[in-house]
Amino acid sequence: MAAGFLLQLTGVPWMPSDGALHGPVVDRLMFWNLVALCVAALIAHLWLGFAIFRRQSAVGKFPAMIRWGLIASFCLMYAWMALTAQRLWAANRYFGPSTAAMQVEVVGEQFQWYFRYPGTDAVFGITRPQLVNAAAGNPLGIDVRDPHGADDIVSSILTLPAGREVDLQLRSLDVIHGFFIPGMRLKENTVPGMMLHVHFTPVSPGTYPILCSQVCGLGHQRMQARLLVLPAADFDSWLAGREQAQARRTGQ
Amino acid sequence: MKIFTTNHRALGILYLYLALAAVGVGTILSLLMRFHRVWPNVTIPFFGLMKPEDYLALVTLHGTLMVFFVLTTAPQSGFANLVLPQQIGARGMAFPRINATAFWMTVAAFLVLVSGAHTTSGGVAISGWTSYPPLSAIPSAGPGQGLGMDLWLISIGIFCVASWLSAVNMLATILGERRAGMVWSRLPMTVWAWLVTSILSLLVFAVLLAAVVLLFSDRHFGSSFFIPAGDLINGRIVGHGDGSPLLWLHLFWFFGHPEVYIAVLPGMGLATSLFANFARRRVPAYLAMAGMLVAIGLLGLVVWGHHMFVSGMNPYAGTAFALTTMAIAVPSTVEVVGWLAMLWGGGMQLRTPMLFALGFLSFFIAGGLTGPLLAQPALDAYLHNTFFVVAHFHLVMAMAGIFSVFAGIYYWFPLMSGRLMNETLGKLHFWISLIAAYGTFFPMHFAGLAGEPRHYDRLAGPAMSFPSLIPVERGITFSAMLLAAAQLIFLWNVFASARSGRTAANNPWRATTLEWAAAADRKCIERGPYEYELPSGQEGFHPQWETIVREE
Amino acid sequence: MPATFTRNQVEIERKDPGIGGKPPVDRRPTGGGGDGENWDNQPQGRRGPRELLIRYRLGVLFALAGDLMFFIALVSTFFVRQSSGHFDVHENFINDWRPLAVPHILWLNTAVLLLSSATMEMARRQLFREIDVMEEWLGLGRPAVKRAAPWLAATLALGIMFLAGQWIAWKQLVNEGFRFISPDPSSHFFYLITGIHGLHLVFGILALAAALTGLFTLKKIEFRQVAVDSVSWYWHAMGLFWIFLFVLLEFFQ
Repeated sequence: MAAGFLLQLTGVPWMPSDGALHGPVVDRLMFWNLVALCVAALIAHLWLGFAIFRRQSAVGKFPAMIRWGLIASFCLMYAWMALTAQRLWAANRYFGPSTAAMQVEVVGEQFQWYFRYPGTDAVFGITRPQLVNAAAGNPLGIDVRDPHGADDIVSSILTLPAGREVDLQLRSLDVIHGFFIPGMRLKENTVPGMMLHVHFTPVSPGTYPILCSQVCGLGHQRMQARLLVLPAADFDSWLAGREQAQARRTGQ
Repeated sequence: MKIFTTNHRALGILYLYLALAAVGVGTILSLLMRFHRVWPNVTIPFFGLMKPEDYLALVTLHGTLMVFFVLTTAPQSGFANLVLPQQIGARGMAFPRINATAFWMTVAAFLVLVSGAHTTSGGVAISGWTSYPPLSAIPSAGPGQGLGMDLWLISIGIFCVASWLSAVNMLATILGERRAGMVWSRLPMTVWAWLVTSILSLLVFAVLLAAVVLLFSDRHFGSSFFIPAGDLINGRIVGHGDGSPLLWLHLFWFFGHPEVYIAVLPGMGLATSLFANFARRRVPAYLAMAGMLVAIGLLGLVVWGHHMFVSGMNPYAGTAFALTTMAIAVPSTVEVVGWLAMLWGGGMQLRTPMLFALGFLSFFIAGGLTGPLLAQPALDAYLHNTFFVVAHFHLVMAMAGIFSVFAGIYYWFPLMSGRLMNETLGKLHFWISLIAAYGTFFPMHFAGLAGEPRHYDRLAGPAMSFPSLIPVERGITFSAMLLAAAQLIFLWNVFASARSGRTAANNPWRATTLEWAAAADRKCIERGPYEYELPSGQEGFHPQWETIVREE
Repeated sequence: MPATFTRNQVEIERKDPGIGGKPPVDRRPTGGGGDGENWDNQPQGRRGPRELLIRYRLGVLFALAGDLMFFIALVSTFFVRQSSGHFDVHENFINDWRPLAVPHILWLNTAVLLLSSATMEMARRQLFREIDVMEEWLGLGRPAVKRAAPWLAATLALGIMFLAGQWIAWKQLVNEGFRFISPDPSSHFFYLITGIHGLHLVFGILALAAALTGLFTLKKIEFRQVAVDSVSWYWHAMGLFWIFLFVLLEFFQ
């Protein structure tokens, strides 16, 4: 967003540059909302300042017409905000992803994010909390007896291809965490006992921080990870490499 | 003054002392946090090097103290006890003993909460003032989540019962004890506000109490209301039923959002009274203003889901809550435009209470306007739990609330001590506080826009850093120190003025409401609360205790 | 409602809220509370006899409104918890709610509680009979007390019977293996709801005992009326709450 970029040049902190398909709409809405609210706050304060420094006026009563007109125009502003934002919310959240979306599972546990790819069979294997053992290389408790689980890839970096829709399946092993990628304008809590889905399309290759936005214990601030968006070809070779490595591992 | 008094005015002052103690502790905690955020590796005197769990404990205690023991006790229980019976012409509260019991239970709740900091090995709870389970439900989920969390729950449980008792007393007083002639359309706006906050307290603290009981049962009696199946904490499976953490969020925020209005509505009522008094004007569209206070309170009961847009709640529910939340902006706008219209004529007397009321208005506008922005789930999905939200609620709830408390203390000080507070010191206190408060909380908007989450004890991390925020954060910390220092002026002013301030006249602000009436002037009420701007009145205003002189 | 008094002067004046018209000569502020310090120098004035009653009724009404919210929160939790579950590894929806067969003695308990509400109402009405009030004012003894005391005592006995019945129900459940400390959400709710309601009834029984004592010790008839009236509204509300809770526990498992 040009205005945001200009602001960043002036050194005023602003939203980080956006890497998602739906990001520009969010940024534009955010910008115009902030402009409208700043103008409203400014006018109110100018009004207040004017009234403070004004001597007693002969006109006692403020015209009621203008009062109700002001209120009505504010109501219009709120209606505009509600409508535009609802359209965006509906577009992002009401409907699931397209069938071609890539499946990735995000698992939060106290102070670590894990990302699981379904592997060559495109099906996530069964997990059981009883089997969770990070020291033994199974932080998500994947059941090795399940054939779907054998080829699952678990990573601590979320690697995604640019330009393809991603369906994230969010869950948590222990407490509520907040899955927040500022660069993708995306946030959803991971709630234990619930399987939540969000979908988005990363478009700009690069590295983006992933943060925990819901206080989850003493390591809350450390609970960060990286999102690596790769060009499609690079991603394919990365995925192929991981799949082969996984096959070698389970083949042993 | 007896300590175990049932006199409502003495209880009001005691409530204010309690709030002062809580705000003092809460401010020191916030300064420790601010200091740590800017210099994370510096050892703090008397505290030592701050560990991450210490920071979270500070956040939790700061939030709990400020929300429950400052912003709920001072504007509602404190001021209502101080003047409410007089304002409606009653001789006292309906149930003075219940009222006193509520106060001492609040003190007990405060002591239980603070004792967590000293007596327990794990320290204070670390799950924030919202205490989301399973973090708050499982003692092994973190330091402070054992005995510290139990103490938090017990404290809040006691506080809920105290608020319930206090609300019963207030409602019975407002409904049953009004003087003859004190009809609804003659109530001062503060009484309207206390009526609404009492109804809210009655309804929402009961729900919080239920939630606290259920969470306590989860922690100690093996139930699973909030703990889901297969929940794995510290390598041990603790979840054996199908509880739902979201259930706590719903119960908590059903309380938590009206709680915000409990904190800020009395300020709105007081500001209306002070604007009328110091601008010598009638309140335009009195019934609309009073009705909008009620509307804000009632709508406040159906907006709790806007705290949960990204919590895993159904997105359609998100839309519904977004619309109700947007609807609440309308009565708030009516109030603000009403105040601005009232002040438009100018010529106001800028005494200290009026300055603080104007400060309240400024914060209410500045903080309130970001409300409609945060009410949009699509934008909240970015801003939720960032510093933008911290900026929003500190301006609209904390600063607006505390400025209205200051306005009330400067205004009603003669009723407490028979003396006026020092004007010069008061104005100094106001201007430094105003500038420092904006300096502290306004830049947090930018930190939030940059994506900085709440509850982080430092700016850096394994995956991110905010180099552009470091100067901003320093500025916030310096500003917060200035803000805290300015309160020393206030403390000095209070204690010096109580001892040797200027003796107040009978009705020092030439106000119309009944708390200023001399005892002999208390008759049947025939006048509205704000009869100012009279061309030919003997004083230019008619107090409510004046009777209407008739020709015949 | 048979709440009657011989109306005296003060009460007639108070009927008029005084919105318009000439201010009456004898306007007195509403009565105050029990605070010792009469800080605004208000002359005490005579209170209307209904005033204290109305104040306490308001107080009981609001207290019960808050209490009702507490039970509403519990009941909504009941429904949420009943429907919540999780998907197991094979994508089957698992719900751990085992319906609880509520002990049959609860039907008997409910009847006892309803009966106690009826006796409570009889006791309350005895105190508001105009002829009795008149007789007492004329110094002809305390007929109201004599009439009300047996009804109050009956309520007390029935209340204790109800609690004993609840205790038997808990015993039966424990024998069937439904303990409070057990992984069953339905039994948690049963113990929680009946327990908290029982706690309310314990307070109610203490209040009943206090009212019964007050019936004989309180000097003024107003105070006796207030004591019995407040307790009776509380008792009726607990009966009403119990019917809702019992229907919930019995039919919505």
